[in-house]
Amino acid sequence: MNDIASCAPRTAQSYKSSYKPIWCPGCGDYSVLSSITKALGMVAVPPEDVAVVSGIGCSSRIPAYTSCYGFHGVHGRSLAAATGLKVARPELTVLVTGGDGDGYSIGGNHFLHACRRNVDLTYIVMDNHVYGMTKGQPSPTTEPDWDSKLSPGGTGLRVFHPLVIALAAGANFVARAFSGDPNGTAEILAQAIRHPGFSFVEILSPCVTFRPEQREWKRQAHPAPVAATDDPARAARRIMTDDGYNIGVLYAGDRAPYPTTTGKSKRSPADLEVEFEI
Amino acid sequence: MLTTATAEASRAGRARARDADSSISIALAGSGGSGVMTAGTLLLNAAAKAGLYGIMVRTSGPQIRGGEAAALVRLASHPVESLGDKFDLLLAMDWQNVGRFADEIPLEASSVMIGDPDEGEAPEGFSHSGARYVPLSLKKMTKAIPGSWPNMVALGLAGALAGILAEALEAALRDSWKKTDVALQANVAALRAGIAAAAGIDGPPKLVPGDAPSGKRWLISGNEATGYGAIRGGVRFVAAYPITPATELLEWMAPALTKVGGTLLQAEDELASINMIIGASYGGVPSLTATAGPGLALMTEGIGLAVSAEIPVVVVDVMRGGPSTGIPAKSEQSDLSFAVSGLVGDAPRLVLAPTSIADCLATTQWAVQLAEAMQAPAIVLSDQFMGQSRAIIDQPAESRLVGKRLTATANTPDYKRYRNTDSGVSPMAIPGTPGVVYTADGLEHTEGGIPSSQSRDHRLQLDKRERKLLQYDYGDAWADIQGDGDGAVITFGSATAAAREAVARTAERGIDVRLIALRLMSPAQPERLVRALEGVTRVLVVEQNHGAQFYRYLRSAFDLPGKPASFHRPGPLPLRPGELTEAIVQWWGQ
Repeated sequence: MNDIASCAPRTAQSYKSSYKPIWCPGCGDYSVLSSITKALGMVAVPPEDVAVVSGIGCSSRIPAYTSCYGFHGVHGRSLAAATGLKVARPELTVLVTGGDGDGYSIGGNHFLHACRRNVDLTYIVMDNHVYGMTKGQPSPTTEPDWDSKLSPGGTGLRVFHPLVIALAAGANFVARAFSGDPNGTAEILAQAIRHPGFSFVEILSPCVTFRPEQREWKRQAHPAPVAATDDPARAARRIMTDDGYNIGVLYAGDRAPYPTTTGKSKRSPADLEVEFEI
Repeated sequence: MLTTATAEASRAGRARARDADSSISIALAGSGGSGVMTAGTLLLNAAAKAGLYGIMVRTSGPQIRGGEAAALVRLASHPVESLGDKFDLLLAMDWQNVGRFADEIPLEASSVMIGDPDEGEAPEGFSHSGARYVPLSLKKMTKAIPGSWPNMVALGLAGALAGILAEALEAALRDSWKKTDVALQANVAALRAGIAAAAGIDGPPKLVPGDAPSGKRWLISGNEATGYGAIRGGVRFVAAYPITPATELLEWMAPALTKVGGTLLQAEDELASINMIIGASYGGVPSLTATAGPGLALMTEGIGLAVSAEIPVVVVDVMRGGPSTGIPAKSEQSDLSFAVSGLVGDAPRLVLAPTSIADCLATTQWAVQLAEAMQAPAIVLSDQFMGQSRAIIDQPAESRLVGKRLTATANTPDYKRYRNTDSGVSPMAIPGTPGVVYTADGLEHTEGGIPSSQSRDHRLQLDKRERKLLQYDYGDAWADIQGDGDGAVITFGSATAAAREAVARTAERGIDVRLIALRLMSPAQPERLVRALEGVTRVLVVEQNHGAQFYRYLRSAFDLPGKPASFHRPGPLPLRPGELTEAIVQWWGQ
């Protein structure tokens, strides 16, 4: 903390690692990475006090592309790992990154309970409605009639609605962003990081390889017409009735974050022996 | 009604009980809610106050809550770790479903059954043993004292018949009381009524109290001892999902961790628990979870991540009958194979097993220390028998064995998280430390932690992860070894208690065998076992499972002399000293 580097002003550059990202050309995740480092530059926490936690998938590669502490765990369990880390080390700033398959399918249960638990985390999902790393299978946010080798003719399944589910489960901050607007996304992410409790940012991040039609998103995305509300019922109504391309902070609540007892007492373990003594 | 023959058998039985080990075994049984667990616990507390040692094993039907239940108590003037072969006294609050315990509560001709005649006849399963039935109207006795409970009459009866002084029984009851004084008075009266009734019963021989123990003693369950051992070892974060029979461990740890500045978090499932503790430990805080077989099954992907990313965690498996949901509230040592080999990929891990209720403390503490020292996952194989039983033990020796992790210092030049060191252990950077940031990864990686599928990196990291466990000096704690005969009984976990008692009995019959109870199950220590077996020509492996898992593991990873024999039997019935004595005699005679 007392070295020169940590006193220097922090910019997005301070949070970038030397590794060159490996994604397909045109992938939305490039600009999400840049928005994340910009947002961290705005919040200006020292990189070593930030941990970026992920599961498995294209977007889960992000931790190693930052100069922060990274954790690239197993598929779908990033929120659990981040929860343990934040509760055990409350002074750290913990970001979680991942995709729609990682977060809403295999990690769906952890997503629900992370929202409920309201640990002070920022969960960033790069949603491209497809499993990209395994080369094009439908995810929970894929349209029911989207044809693929694994589910010919489409899954026929109703699309998962992450924002309204997050809200119903108790997330304290709910926003939608679009990778095509890196500055706007950085602003939203900075707000999410600063907001206490569980902040959920769903970023529309196109997979131009398996979902080339998502190039259209840049024409469809538009700023949310109204400011964020702190009324969950109003937020739910807006989220359920909008066109799916409303960009901005949609809900910001004031629920107290999950409390931790870590470090709050320094009593010796030997004090526990009294109850065993005869 | 006693025939002459059974009366003689009864006298002979009594003489045996006195000579053999001067312990008394008492079963308190009844329907759920009849208070037998409370009565059993107070009986053990009273025995502790009276200077005795003892153990209380809890048993219940498959429904865990609301069905039949029994407290199995064995008291003695010396430490006892296992149940006896037979019960001297069965005290039934009612007979409703108690017949289901006939196998778990074996009686003999010298045993005494006390039951309420208004609650039905004693089940055949008990009466065919020839045990003497003493009818006693417990409910009526209770009704005569308004506000009192039948289980307190039972406590008085059982305590007095065991030979525990009324003062100790009353003190145990008063100490436990949290309700109004009026109700306490009523139940003290009920207790006294029980004690008075015992005077008129020709019960089993009473315990002869020995010299009062000189040192301090504890009353503790295996689950509590495990939890306390973890905290002594430095654990300050626990995430877990409730599961029988590990729940009490977690319930004990929740407030205990708060007291020492730690946190327990109830997770949404075991997939979450294991990943939460990995996350916390990645953050530098020694972490643990506790579960049973079904939960351990879900945790395998996480334990594999801890192996690959080299993150220390401790996973306590309080084993129960398996496979699948199995027999939740009964003990079995059948997760051994899974613990030592049940991960995908080549995944070296530590597996330890406590050898007694008291040892749950030391072994768990050691597991924390080993996991932290080697930055690897450690599985502790406890089981329902040890976990849910309470025992009066001598205060365990103080131990300052605290987990100490090799961490990276700030701004280390050319820092590489997974550097290929001689010991295999490389300094771990803890978030918050500047100049050494890295990304922990479950993907195979370079020394710097960057994902790699190169054969050189894979070999290097596989070797490193294996080497750090193989090169570590585990010292003498890897096994408990006693005796020096030319035969050896090798066992582990809760089977050790019954095996120890059996070995003592066979010694009296001139069969001297060594007892080797492994504490460190994995990595295998074949050279150490060879040394421990010097001069041994014959080996008998004892374990409580159907597939002879320990026997097979020993034969595959260790060198055993001669033709090793196996005694293995699944749960739910606990291994008894008598059956192991027979097994040893038979094996010896071959």
